[in-house]
Amino acid sequence: MSQAQDLLTVENLTVEFDTYGGVVQAVRGVDFSVSGGETLAIVGESGCGKSVTVQSLMGLIPTPPGRITRGSARLHGQEILGRSRIDGREIRGAQIGMIFQDPMTSLNPTMTIGDQIAEPLQVHKGLSRRDAAREAVRLLEMTRIPEAAKRAKQYPFEFSGGMLQRAMIAMAIACKPDILIADEPTTALDVTIQAQILDLLQDLQRETGMAIVLITHDLGVVARMADSVAVMYAGKVVERGSVDDVFYRSAHPYTLGLRAAMPSNDPAIKQNLQPIEGSPPDLFSPPPGCGYAPRCPHAMKVCCQQPEETRLSDVEGVRGHASHCWLHHEKSPNKPSELYFSDRSGKGLEIKGAEANS
Amino acid sequence: MSENKPLIEARGLTRHFELGKGQNVHAVDNVSLTVGEREIVGLVGESGSGKSTFGKTLLGLHDKTAGEVLFRGEALPGSYRSADYQRLAGHMQMIFQDPYSSLNPRMTVGEIVAEGLRLHAGVSDGMARERVAEWLGRVGLQADHMSRYPHEFSGGQRQRIGIARALILEPDFVVCDEPISALDVSVQAQVINLLGELKESMGLTLLFIAHDLSMVRYVSDRMAVMYLGSLVEVGRADELYFNPKHPYTEVLIGSNPEPDPELERSRPSTAIQGEIPSPVNVPAGCRFANRCPKVMDVCKTVTPELIPLKNIEDATSKREVACHLYA
Repeated sequence: MSQAQDLLTVENLTVEFDTYGGVVQAVRGVDFSVSGGETLAIVGESGCGKSVTVQSLMGLIPTPPGRITRGSARLHGQEILGRSRIDGREIRGAQIGMIFQDPMTSLNPTMTIGDQIAEPLQVHKGLSRRDAAREAVRLLEMTRIPEAAKRAKQYPFEFSGGMLQRAMIAMAIACKPDILIADEPTTALDVTIQAQILDLLQDLQRETGMAIVLITHDLGVVARMADSVAVMYAGKVVERGSVDDVFYRSAHPYTLGLRAAMPSNDPAIKQNLQPIEGSPPDLFSPPPGCGYAPRCPHAMKVCCQQPEETRLSDVEGVRGHASHCWLHHEKSPNKPSELYFSDRSGKGLEIKGAEANS
Repeated sequence: MSENKPLIEARGLTRHFELGKGQNVHAVDNVSLTVGEREIVGLVGESGSGKSTFGKTLLGLHDKTAGEVLFRGEALPGSYRSADYQRLAGHMQMIFQDPYSSLNPRMTVGEIVAEGLRLHAGVSDGMARERVAEWLGRVGLQADHMSRYPHEFSGGQRQRIGIARALILEPDFVVCDEPISALDVSVQAQVINLLGELKESMGLTLLFIAHDLSMVRYVSDRMAVMYLGSLVEVGRADELYFNPKHPYTEVLIGSNPEPDPELERSRPSTAIQGEIPSPVNVPAGCRFANRCPKVMDVCKTVTPELIPLKNIEDATSKREVACHLYA
């Protein structure tokens, strides 16, 4: 995975919002990268900054009150942050497509579905009205909407939630983007419709080779879809790595805490849920140290004083698995056994060995 | 668990909503479900399947179109008058999904939690204060939160306020309508554990309505699956989850992604075509027939009844399925 040329590289992205209550530091230095054809899941709880992160890539942060204060994001090596509205159009909608959580409010209720899909084709690809309309029907067929030609002439209110999300996907992939950003694409949908949409995204990825950045709070969806994962907490990425590393060899206490707070799918295990006590820090005045320290069962004195920048990369022989946690510092006195090789079933260890050799 | 004495029993409970022009929304159609004393029954289904309407009709918040509800053997009225609410509020309560819209923003937390006591138990203001303080402590808040307003609390804390409000009357039966859907994972576990502790200490009986299948399996003794206003399968939670019999239950559970990448890679996709049809003027036959991967001719004409499953390995499990495959 890491050998491939990175398609999108985000470094030290920092986003702030002015509010009446002061400055909210919504995103506080986020790093991640996506390579071609890969699915990266950004996972975290509400308010952790995952949506703001991708909105800033798309130039969707309202400025003011929001502003990107630091950081860079390069697509094919080209900087995409801080572009003007017009200039940014080459990227937004053309090279990066995006779908949103609530398809009902993300579409224009006064335009037909077909016209809405045709619009980016006319703007970005210079297609004629007629060709764009024909292409819109083809895209609707691609997203498995039955009777696509008839459906293209209908308005959003005539579509169900699942069908609208398909139409949104058709619109987002209209210009054959290299990356599709999906911000909680199935959160508003029922589980059987969610399965259809997730299948569709995977099929389209196979057909077009696009990368997917999937924003979600659902670890089940992450396990189902992701190649690699970035776990966010309080405006920062606290752990990232391959999906197996993050699930089976969790390196950050927050990742571990999230998993312990969910019921196990093994009928033999009837352990109690272990909630993470407390709540996330106030991002008006984030703590000087690790944002998770006040809730962390393993917190040390240093955790409350300084943010940890140590990378776990290669420390455990796994390329690309990183965690921001003082427990992984070489001088850390207590290394809780449930971290690193938290894997109780021995799953995934072979996969890791094979990857290290290749 | 189902051997327990029944506490509340729905018999052929039906609730339709009139749209005018002779059209009816069949929100709940002929649902029979028994909840035993101190039992937790989980009710799952997709949006529009009628789970919430069933819960509300059970409590008398909606009038019954047909059928009846028995509470400790006593048939409850089809349409409640205020005296009925007065009498039953001490026995049955509800915890709502949205902790933001279910608390009155103009009332203090103390007033919200004490309201039931004032209206239904005739407790004096001074006594009520004491009880409210005690209950705020029991749900993990502090007594001095009494004078604050709902907007000062986080989602998880608000849900605790909703729980205190419902339980301060010490009811026997509580309908929890999606109590954790609006909360983050780490906070969900806090609320679930709190409900579990209170259930144990108070001997509560719960109908737990949710769409998060893993959580419902974890919480419930028995599980019931609803589709388009009808029950399709009822059984012990683990058995139903790991060995679903009705094709819809199979699809529903198969569609639920598990937080285990290896399992997800090895699992075939069970996604089915189509969507839940409109509950207006429901066609004859099985309601799942148009999406069912195992559909037969009989399914399109004859409505299957919810009947106990024969030939099941464990005779005590009392699984019920509404499907012609098992008739």
